[in-house]
Amino acid sequence: MLLVIIPVMGLTVFFAWRYSAKRDGNYDPNFHHSTGLELIIWAVPLMIIICLGAITWVGTHRLDPFRPLTHIGERRPISPTVEPLDIEVVALDWKWLFIYPEYGVATVNEAAVPVDRPINFHLTSQSVMNAFYVPALAGMIYAMPSMTSQLHAVMNLPGDYEGFSSNYSGAGFSGMRFRFRGLDAPDFTSWVAEARRSGETLDRARYLELAKPSENEPPVFFGTVDPDLFRRAVNRCVEDGRMCVDEMMALGSTGGTGLLGTINTVAVAGPTSAFGARPFHVDELCTPQEAIRQSGRESVVLLDPAPLPISTPDETL
Amino acid sequence: MAIETFASPETSFLFGRLTWSAIPLHEPIVVVTFIVVAIGGIALLGALTYFKVWGYLWKEWFTSVDHKKIGIMYMVLGLIMLLRGFADAIMMRLQQAMAFNGSEGYLNAHHYDQIFTAHGVIMIFFVAMPFVTGMMNYIMPLQIGARDVAFPFLNNFSFWMTVGGAVIVMASLFVGEFAQTGWLAYPPLSGIAGSPYVGVDYYIWGLQVAGVGTTLSGINLIVTIVKMRCPGMTMMRMPVFTWTALCANILIVASFPVLTACLVLLTLDRYVGTNFFTADNGGNPMMYVNLIWIWGHPEVYILVLPAFGIFSEVTSTYCGKRLFGYSSMVYATVCITVLSYIVWLHHFFTMGSGASVNSFFGIATMIISIPTGAKLFNWLFTMYRGRIRYELPMMWTIAFMLTFIIGGMTGVMLAVPPADFVLHNSLFLIAHFHNVIIGGVLFGLFAGITFWWPKAFGFRLDPFWGKVSFWCWVSGFWVAFTPLYILGFMGVTRRMRVFDDPSLQIWFLIASLGAVLIAIGIAAMIIQFAVSIWRRDELRDTTGDPWDGRTLEWATSSPPPAYNFAFTPVAHDIDAWWDMKTHGYRRPQEGFKPIHMPQNTSSGIILAGLATVCGMALIWYIWWLAILAFAAMIATAIWHTFNYNRDYNIPAADVTAVEAQRSRMLAGRA
Amino acid sequence: MSASAMAAGQPAIGRTDFYLVEEPHHEAGGFTHLGFWIYLMSDCLIFAVLFATYGVLGASFAGGPGPRDLFDLGLVALNTTFLLISSITYGFAMLAVYQGDQKKTLMWLAVTGLFGALFLVVELYEFYHLIHEGAGPQRSAFLSAFFALVGTHGLHVTFGILWLIVLVVQINKRGLIPANVRRLTCLSLFWHFLDLVWIGVFTYVYLFGVLR
Repeated sequence: MLLVIIPVMGLTVFFAWRYSAKRDGNYDPNFHHSTGLELIIWAVPLMIIICLGAITWVGTHRLDPFRPLTHIGERRPISPTVEPLDIEVVALDWKWLFIYPEYGVATVNEAAVPVDRPINFHLTSQSVMNAFYVPALAGMIYAMPSMTSQLHAVMNLPGDYEGFSSNYSGAGFSGMRFRFRGLDAPDFTSWVAEARRSGETLDRARYLELAKPSENEPPVFFGTVDPDLFRRAVNRCVEDGRMCVDEMMALGSTGGTGLLGTINTVAVAGPTSAFGARPFHVDELCTPQEAIRQSGRESVVLLDPAPLPISTPDETL
Repeated sequence: MAIETFASPETSFLFGRLTWSAIPLHEPIVVVTFIVVAIGGIALLGALTYFKVWGYLWKEWFTSVDHKKIGIMYMVLGLIMLLRGFADAIMMRLQQAMAFNGSEGYLNAHHYDQIFTAHGVIMIFFVAMPFVTGMMNYIMPLQIGARDVAFPFLNNFSFWMTVGGAVIVMASLFVGEFAQTGWLAYPPLSGIAGSPYVGVDYYIWGLQVAGVGTTLSGINLIVTIVKMRCPGMTMMRMPVFTWTALCANILIVASFPVLTACLVLLTLDRYVGTNFFTADNGGNPMMYVNLIWIWGHPEVYILVLPAFGIFSEVTSTYCGKRLFGYSSMVYATVCITVLSYIVWLHHFFTMGSGASVNSFFGIATMIISIPTGAKLFNWLFTMYRGRIRYELPMMWTIAFMLTFIIGGMTGVMLAVPPADFVLHNSLFLIAHFHNVIIGGVLFGLFAGITFWWPKAFGFRLDPFWGKVSFWCWVSGFWVAFTPLYILGFMGVTRRMRVFDDPSLQIWFLIASLGAVLIAIGIAAMIIQFAVSIWRRDELRDTTGDPWDGRTLEWATSSPPPAYNFAFTPVAHDIDAWWDMKTHGYRRPQEGFKPIHMPQNTSSGIILAGLATVCGMALIWYIWWLAILAFAAMIATAIWHTFNYNRDYNIPAADVTAVEAQRSRMLAGRA
Repeated sequence: MSASAMAAGQPAIGRTDFYLVEEPHHEAGGFTHLGFWIYLMSDCLIFAVLFATYGVLGASFAGGPGPRDLFDLGLVALNTTFLLISSITYGFAMLAVYQGDQKKTLMWLAVTGLFGALFLVVELYEFYHLIHEGAGPQRSAFLSAFFALVGTHGLHVTFGILWLIVLVVQINKRGLIPANVRRLTCLSLFWHFLDLVWIGVFTYVYLFGVLR
C-alpha cells in the first residue's frame, strides 16, 4: 500500500510546489484527459487490491477465531495427544467469570492458562454486549447474551498479562479488567489447586448473586462449580423455573407450543416499558394441565383437540 | 450506578415522569453551562427584541423557501452545534488525560458516558449533516442553473425538522440526561432494562425528528438535480459537486429509512415491551447492529462524497484547469455509491460471522479504495501543469490530500479482518475515522465555506485569520490524533474513563494539546467571520466571480438575487461558465420578464415545532401532550394542503431594477 | 427542464446562445410524481427492513404459539379481498378522473375508502383477538415482528384513508383542477403500493407461516 501512498504524497507536495502560480510552470489548461494515465491510476490500485484481497481471504480463514488451532507456534504443530483446554467465559456487569469445566473450578477477574496448550474459549454474556480481549494472547471477540462465540488461542510465554472488555458495556466498563496469567505446567497445577482450596461454591444461586452489577471486583476463586452453569447462562435459564432458550428453539422447530404458549409466562421484577408492559419470563413447560392451573384460567381453547378441562389433577408432571 | 439512582417509576398525568429531580442540579458543570447558556440566550433574545429584528427574521428567514437562505441557516445550525460537540471533545480529552494513577478524573461514569455519546451523535447528525446539506442546498441549484429546488416548502420543513432534532438533543443537557450507550446505542444496553431513564429516548426522538427532515431533503434534492437542470446541461456536463450531491442524496434516500425503521423497532422495545432486540423471549440484538450499520456505513459516504465534490471544484478553479478525468471522477463517485452498500459488516468483524463472510466484506471494503484512489489521482493530475493560486480553499485541499490518504490507508488496514480483530474498538479506530471525517469531510467543508462565502455574502473572508485557523486545525489534528493511533497499537480501547497504566498518560496529554490547538483553530475561524463582516467593504466582491470560477454559480451576482438567474442559462460544455467566458458571453441588459417564484410559508416551522413538542412529550411520557401535538401536526399538514396559492410573480420591473443595480456595480469596478 | 424537453419545445439554440429569452415551461406535476415515486421507494425500504426482521425473527416463538396456532386464513382471505377490491375501485376513480367526471370520481373514492376501512376493521379485530388470547406483540420476537410489519401496513392504510377524505373535500371545493388531479395520482400510487406490500405480507407472513 505504501507503494502508492508515498509516491502520491510526494507528488502532491512536488506538484504543489512545481505548478504554483508564482513559479510559472508550463501551464496547459487543456490537459484534462489522458487515457494512458487513467489506465494506470485505475489499474495499479486494482492490482494492489487483488493481491491484498487474496492475502485477506487466506489470512481471514486461517486466523478465524472460531477455527481450532493446528499449530502452537511457527513450525510447532499440535501433537494429537494434546487435548485443548476448554474455558467458559461469561461477561457479567462488570466483571468476567471464567469456568474451567475440566478442573471443576471457576474464577472471577483472574484467568490462568498453561503455556503452549491450545485453549478453546467459549464466551457468552449475561446482560449486554462485551468483547473479550487479551492483547498479549489473541484478537478480540464479542461476548453476547443468549449465544456463544468462540476463540481458539495459545499462550507461548509465561507471564502476567491483562485482559479487558473492549466493547463499551455501561457505567462500570472501565473497571472490567482481569489478570491473565500464562503459567508453566507445574505452576498451573498449583494455581488450580489454589482455586480448589478456596472452598467457595459457584452454584446457580451464587451466580445470580454474582451477576448483579458491581464495579472493580477483586479476583474470586471457586473450588467447586455447577457443571451445567455455563449451558444455563447461555440459555438464560439460571433462575429456577425458566424455560431454556434451546428448549424454546426445539419447541419452535415443531411449529410452536399452541395456544398454551400464551399462558406459560410469569411476570418478573424490572423496569416496565413506557406503556406499562411488565417484563416476564417463559416458564418451564410441564403438562398442559399444569400450565392451565398455573394461569388461573378455566380452560384454554386449542385448535385441536377439543378444549382441555382441568379435571385431571393427578396427571403426573 | 446510574440506573438505580434515576429509575423513578412514579409518573403523573400532567407531567409524565418529568419532575424537579430531572434537572441535574447535582452536576456543577451542567449548572454552570446552563447559567452561561441562559444568560447568553436571554442576552441574544433581548438584543433581537431591542433591535426589532424578530419580524425580519420571521419573514425573511424562518419562513423562507429560498434555497439560499435555507442553506445558510443549515450552516449556522452546523456551526452552533460544532461548538457544543467540540466542548464535549475537550471534556473527554481532559478526563482521559487526568484519570491516571488512581485518579478518577473529574467526570463520573454517568456524566462521561453521556458526553462521548453526545459527541458522536452531535458531530455526525447535527454538525456534519447540516453542513453538508446546507452546502448542497445553497450551491447545487445555482450550479445547475435552477431558480430553486423542486419542493421549496419541503426544503424549509426539512430544515426545521433538523433543528427540532438538535433542540431535543440539546434539551437533554439541562433536563434529564442523554443516552449513555455510545453513539449507535447498541441493545441490550439501550433497551429498557439496560437504560430505563430518558437518555435513550432523547437519542431516539432526536434522531427520528431530524431523520424525517434528512430523508425529505434527500428526495427534494434528487428531483431537483434530475428535473431542473438548465437546457444543455446533460448528466455528463454536470459540475462534479452536483454529481456528488446527487449520489449523496441517493444514499440518503436509500439508507435513512433503514435507520428510521431500526429506531422504530428499538422504540417499540422500549415503549411497548416488544422483543426485537432483547436477549430474552426470542429477540436478537445482532439484528440491530446489522440494521444500524446498513444505514451507518452509507452515512459516511453521504458526508464525504459532497466533500470530494467541493475539492474537485476548488482544485480545478485554483489550478485554472478543467478537472482531469471528469468522467472517471463521475464513475468513481457512482462506484463508491454502490459499493458503500455492501461493506457494512466491516464494523463488526469481531461478532464472529465466519471467515468467508468477513473476507467478503473486508475485500469489498478494500475495493472502495480503488475509486477513492482514482479520485485522488485526478486531483493530483489537475494540479499537474496547472497554475495553482494558493488561496485558502486550495490550501485546505492540499492539506486534505496529505491527511486523507493516511486515513484511507489505515482504513484499508482495518478492513483486513485479522488486523481488525486486534484493532477493533481501539483508539486506532477512533484515530482512523477522525482522520477521514476531519481530514476529509471537515477540511472539505472549510474549503467550501471559504470558496463560496463571497458568493453567499458578496465579500471575501479575511485571509489572515483564515490562515491562522488553517494551520491550527491541520497541526492540531495531527497532534491530537497521532497519539491515538499509537495508543491504539498498544491495545487501548475506546470509551475508557480511567486508566491504570501510567506510561500511557503522556500520549493523552499530547492529544489534549492537539485539542487545544484545534480549539484555537475554531476560535480563529469565528474571529475570521467577525473580522470579515467588519471589513466587508474592503473585501467586497463586485464581480460575482472573484476566483475566476468555472461553474454556473459564478455567472450570477454575489449574493445572487432571489431568482438566481434573470434568464435561464444554457450550458454547452462541462464548466459552463468558463465556456461562456471563453466564448464571448455578454450579460443580458434588457428584455426581462416576470419570474415565477414560490411563496414563503410558516407551515414548515410550525409543523417542525409541533414535532419537537411531540418528541419531548414522548420522551417524558406526557401522553396527553404527545397526542395533542400529533393531532395538531396532522391538522396543520391538512390545513397546509388547502392552500393552493403557493407562488407569486416577481414583476419584470423589479427584475430590471435588480439587474440594473448589478450593471452599475460591475461598471463601478471597471 | 431536461435537454430533450428543450429540443422539443424551444427554438434551436446556437453555440453562442447562453440563456433562454423565453421562460421555459415546466410540465405541471412532473416533479411531484418523481418525488413521490422516490418517497415510495424509501417507504419500500422501511417495509423491506420489517420483512427482513420478520424473516430473522419469524421462527423465534420463545416457547409461545406459532403462526399455525394463531392465524385464521379465512379472516385474512376476507381482508385481502377487501383491500384488492379497494385497489380496483381506486382504478375506477382514476378512470373517472380522466373522463373529467367529478361525481363518479367522488363515488368511487367513497367506495375505495369504505373497503379500506373494512380492511382496517378486520385487521383490528384480528389484533384484538390475538392480544386477548395472550398473543400480543410482547409475547415473543415472532409476534413482535408480526405486529410491527402488519401494524405498519395498517397504519399506512389509515393515513391513506385520511388523505382520501381530505381529497374528497378538496375535490368538492375546487373540482378536478390540475393540482387535485396530481394529488389523486399520488394517492393512487400510494394505494396500489400498499396493495403490493399487502400481497407480500399475505404470502410471506400468513401463507408461509401456516405452511411452515
